[in-house]
Amino acid sequence: MPWIPQGLREGIVTSRYPHRPDGYGEGFAGSLRVRPDTYDAVGVDEAIALCPTDAIGRPGRGQVRLDRGRCILCGRCVDICPDVFELDPGFETSTTDRRTLVVPTTDEDDDLVEAMRRALHRRVRVLRRSIHIRHLDAGSDGSEEWEVAALTNPVYDVQRLGIYFTASPKHADVLLVTGAGAAGMRDALEHTFDVMPEPKVVIAAGTDAISGGLLGSGYATAGGVAGSVRVDVFVPGSPPTPFGLLHGILTAIGLLGAPGSSASLRRGADGPASPEDPPVEVGP
Amino acid sequence: MTTERGVVDDLDTFVPRVVAQLSEGARFCGLFASAQGDAATLLRCVLAQDGHLPYEDTLVPAHSAGFPSLADHTPAAAWYEREIHDLFGLVPLGHPRLDPLVLPLLREETPPRPGSGSERAPVVIDTDPLPAHLLGEGVFTIPYGPVRSGVFESIEYLVETPGEDIPHLRTRVFHKHRGVECRFEGMGVEDGVLLAERTEGVASVAHALAFSQAIERIAQVEVSEGAAVVRVIHAELERVANHLDSTIRHTEAAGQAVAYARLSLHKERVQRLRAQLCGSRFGRGVVVPGGVGGPLRLESSQLFAAIDKIERDVRSDLRLLLATPSFVDRIRGTGLIDHELAASYALLGPVGRASGQNEDVRFTRPYAAYMRLGHQLLDVGEGGDALARQRVRNEEIAGSFHLIRQAIDRLSSTDHREWKRPLGAVSGEAMGWAEAPQGEVLYLVSIEDGALVRVKPRSASFHNLAAFHASFPKDILTDFAFIEASFGLSIAGVAG
Repeated sequence: MPWIPQGLREGIVTSRYPHRPDGYGEGFAGSLRVRPDTYDAVGVDEAIALCPTDAIGRPGRGQVRLDRGRCILCGRCVDICPDVFELDPGFETSTTDRRTLVVPTTDEDDDLVEAMRRALHRRVRVLRRSIHIRHLDAGSDGSEEWEVAALTNPVYDVQRLGIYFTASPKHADVLLVTGAGAAGMRDALEHTFDVMPEPKVVIAAGTDAISGGLLGSGYATAGGVAGSVRVDVFVPGSPPTPFGLLHGILTAIGLLGAPGSSASLRRGADGPASPEDPPVEVGP
Repeated sequence: MTTERGVVDDLDTFVPRVVAQLSEGARFCGLFASAQGDAATLLRCVLAQDGHLPYEDTLVPAHSAGFPSLADHTPAAAWYEREIHDLFGLVPLGHPRLDPLVLPLLREETPPRPGSGSERAPVVIDTDPLPAHLLGEGVFTIPYGPVRSGVFESIEYLVETPGEDIPHLRTRVFHKHRGVECRFEGMGVEDGVLLAERTEGVASVAHALAFSQAIERIAQVEVSEGAAVVRVIHAELERVANHLDSTIRHTEAAGQAVAYARLSLHKERVQRLRAQLCGSRFGRGVVVPGGVGGPLRLESSQLFAAIDKIERDVRSDLRLLLATPSFVDRIRGTGLIDHELAASYALLGPVGRASGQNEDVRFTRPYAAYMRLGHQLLDVGEGGDALARQRVRNEEIAGSFHLIRQAIDRLSSTDHREWKRPLGAVSGEAMGWAEAPQGEVLYLVSIEDGALVRVKPRSASFHNLAAFHASFPKDILTDFAFIEASFGLSIAGVAG
């Protein structure tokens, strides 16, 4: 009985994302970006050379490009060369095409990702209202599991969106894979994927799952999980934040990113989103 | 680990030398190996006594069949020897049960031999099940994992049961072995600390601390007071988050929906506070060799206010939780580890402290700013069950808030400008340690001209999980989730 008033103490702490923007999530710097049209700033070559995961390149001495699929957010490039690299607030960084994790993207990339998004959208049309996720750890550092588990806390509360975690891969629509692709998990990963019914979507959650992160390819890691399963959605981050993961899941089930779908979700039962809608107070 | 200091070549005296130290009351910390060139392997047994870390070395020559096992004298050594067998191909002679642990290779594969700096090709893991170890009539094996029901790190438990009791359990941790130790080789210290943070991601701060303190010991650099205090604040917030996580897993297993929601809200707030202080929800980038990445990004008054709110909420919910009979009944008497067992495995952290193993290296071998901060010793009854472990965690959470407050006071009382001191291209070897939420993290580091030669991280998770199988004396299958949660371990730190 004493738990009842305890449970009511805080009122509603749940984010309204994606129906309405979340002030905290949009202010959190969850990735890095390259300032456009920056070429010969002081220190840019040093920043490229000292990146611990070789995430920065400069093809043909032209535009500097940063691969969010390799970036572990150590911030070294920002310290060395703040004229070119900066923190990027927001969390809607996941994508259906590995190549578009390299920023800044090109117009060609944008066309390509749009086509892939439409294809994925068609494939998962039947899912939508009740999504069951099977999480699988393929060699994570453990922090990813905390962020995935956070999706069920009252702040993110993904069950309000009809998203559930399931024990059996045979009930799962989405395979959420974390970790650098450990050799000892390869069979389990492939087997889990095989027994999932169609249509199914695979999310590579985190830099480790996308590229291996700081571990890369070694004697026991495969530089990510894409060598074992077909990945549909890439969520960058080391580890990805709960909001980043939620964006990835919504992208995977076609509820975001396709023309009209995001708007239709935002128009839901809560009425039209208004810019004055205050963010729910959660952070201290 | 180089061979310059105090190496006794004689394999025969190794066990007696270690046993002599153990009989004088030393605590077994770990047994570690390091490749010396192409052939020989250095073995080092680290012990803890009176605030020091003495060690005994021996060199295993290339032609040797193996090395004498310590497992008969201290069961805590058994897992270390299995790890060495997997990674170096050396046989601990007389080992009671030499099953693969972190890397079961097919016979024709070459072991990675950390420290050799050699090129290593991708390995093929032998995932065949272990030979059955069934004792008694009607006993069968339930393989649980590596893909488990819920959001867990990958690990496989082989539960051998006649139906309800768990007379025997084996743990297989190799599935997520990532080859972290070998990845350190050749890195500079700035990259090395990033990898240390990812060795066991939920204890990033503690791992970065242990690694950085080893480097600082080699460079003979002491960090500034401001940096030491900032390190304490982040390390204690990490402890609060981890202890809340373990409690959340308890409430989830017990079906305490409101408690689960409340505590996971508190944990989210702690993670957000950590992000406000440094930009990372896991305190990454805070601890760097030579100091910290920068000052706290919140004013003292804001930090005090945030801590006050979190502590008030956490305290009232934890007090209520331990007054909820339907919860307490599930963990009272569950997963009992008596003092003798805890001593024989030299258990660490809250698991050890709930069973009479009191060492907390924050205070017995103080580092960062702990020697300048007041603390109270725990008095929790040492009952040895999951309830006792929960009580230890509750007390430690209170202690962490107490330490954080003192640290903020120290930070605001003087003007700190210097956050990181230069180290230069250092050479040498040293150990570093830190009290992670799971227990003592130990790093053995060897470096030459600023490039890491050998780094051996030892997480408390590895050390404590070795005793997991022995913590089911009177328990049944439905207790499993509670006992696992009460250990509060991370598999990433176990598998390496």
